[in-house]
Amino acid sequence: MAQVKFTPNLRRYFPDLCDCAVEAATVADIISAVNQRWTGLGDYIIDERGCLRKHVNIFVGDQLLKDKVALSDSVAAETRVIIVQALSGG
Amino acid sequence: MGDKILVGTRKGLLILARDGGEWRIDSAHFEAIPVVYAMHDRRTGTLWASLDHGHWGGKLQRSHDGGASWQEVEAPKYPEGAKCPPDFTTPATTSYIWIIEPGGADEPNRLYVGTEPGGLFVSGDGGDSFQLNESLWNDPGNSQWFGGGRDYPGICAIQIDPRDSRRITVGISVGGVYVSEDGGKSWQVRNRGLYADYLPEHDAEVGQDPHIVLASPSNPDVLWQQNHCGIFRSSDAGRQWQDISDPEGPAGFGFALALDAQDENVAWVAPAVSAEYRVPVERALVICRSEDGGQSWQSLRKGLPQQHCYDLVFRHGLDAQGDSLAFGTTAGNFYVSDDRGDSWRCLVNNLAVVYSVRYM
Repeated sequence: MAQVKFTPNLRRYFPDLCDCAVEAATVADIISAVNQRWTGLGDYIIDERGCLRKHVNIFVGDQLLKDKVALSDSVAAETRVIIVQALSGG
Repeated sequence: MGDKILVGTRKGLLILARDGGEWRIDSAHFEAIPVVYAMHDRRTGTLWASLDHGHWGGKLQRSHDGGASWQEVEAPKYPEGAKCPPDFTTPATTSYIWIIEPGGADEPNRLYVGTEPGGLFVSGDGGDSFQLNESLWNDPGNSQWFGGGRDYPGICAIQIDPRDSRRITVGISVGGVYVSEDGGKSWQVRNRGLYADYLPEHDAEVGQDPHIVLASPSNPDVLWQQNHCGIFRSSDAGRQWQDISDPEGPAGFGFALALDAQDENVAWVAPAVSAEYRVPVERALVICRSEDGGQSWQSLRKGLPQQHCYDLVFRHGLDAQGDSLAFGTTAGNFYVSDDRGDSWRCLVNNLAVVYSVRYM
């Protein structure tokens, strides 16, 4: 099971958001799973084509997500996946 | 709803209220989130707000209780396979929700949303779901649409004819004015008389840049438009436009426009120096008013800063209701007038960039 963590900033929009364990082969699977649990959360992370939003980062282990278009990066068991906002804006 | 104003800013939504006396900031919403546009649907009493989260994408929010509570609704989504004009290589996604407009009084559940990259979305269920208007999106002229100041073209103006809800007028920046007479099934380009000094063919049928288009409430055949290349007016629902820019005065380039509800000949604009500079004319803030259908313009300056001023008024940042006018600026200043613009007073400084101002 991948161990998924979120930036605390997303709790403003999903107050009951919490770390969770997800059965997933890819990062896309993770987004699908967390969107099932917190309806609409997926739209905050990816656009309607399934691409990672421009100012969102996902770390798979300690590596930045490589495939920002299809989120096909594989996720090994017990991998920690962190979803954060990029350092941008103002 | 009376005396309330919705003010969308880069750092949230403010609701201003006036209870007989002076305007005051009554409440603040969506703190620190850019609010692109906010409006009050008079048919239903619903408030709508378009949010442009820097990180999390564009969202739509509605309130059924005057802003006491808000509910996020699923934002419009482009269908799979849609590509962005004008080159149709990049997959289309909703990158900006620029305007929200109620349908006609006879269709209380209908709602229109204009977006970048150029899609008009329609809801038939009060905003619970939206569908792309495919006939406009696939218009043969769409390869002549492009982004102006943004990456892609966007629909920034939507007007529904109060006499016939099937007549829909939209402004695409950059693309031009399109009108449907059949509820959005088919569309006609209505750019004749406009010109585009940034195109090889200045009178190109498509590729004009209406910054905002408004229909006169008292005679919806009369359209006014603040365009990238001046101010234009049409008395035949956009079939022919006349350039009504002031050759002698500041009324020319600008973004914002407001119309008088009772008199089709009265309008206000917020001029700026041309596209290349985008500062107030002679660094002095001015609102210009025409009372004769654009044949002449008065410069209204009383109470507005007249030196070292860099405030611009964005396209949805000026509104009128009766004798009352209000506008907010890129420098976070907010001005009101109780006498149709003859005199102004600054209500508040130090807001964030103001994107939209709409009376409730």
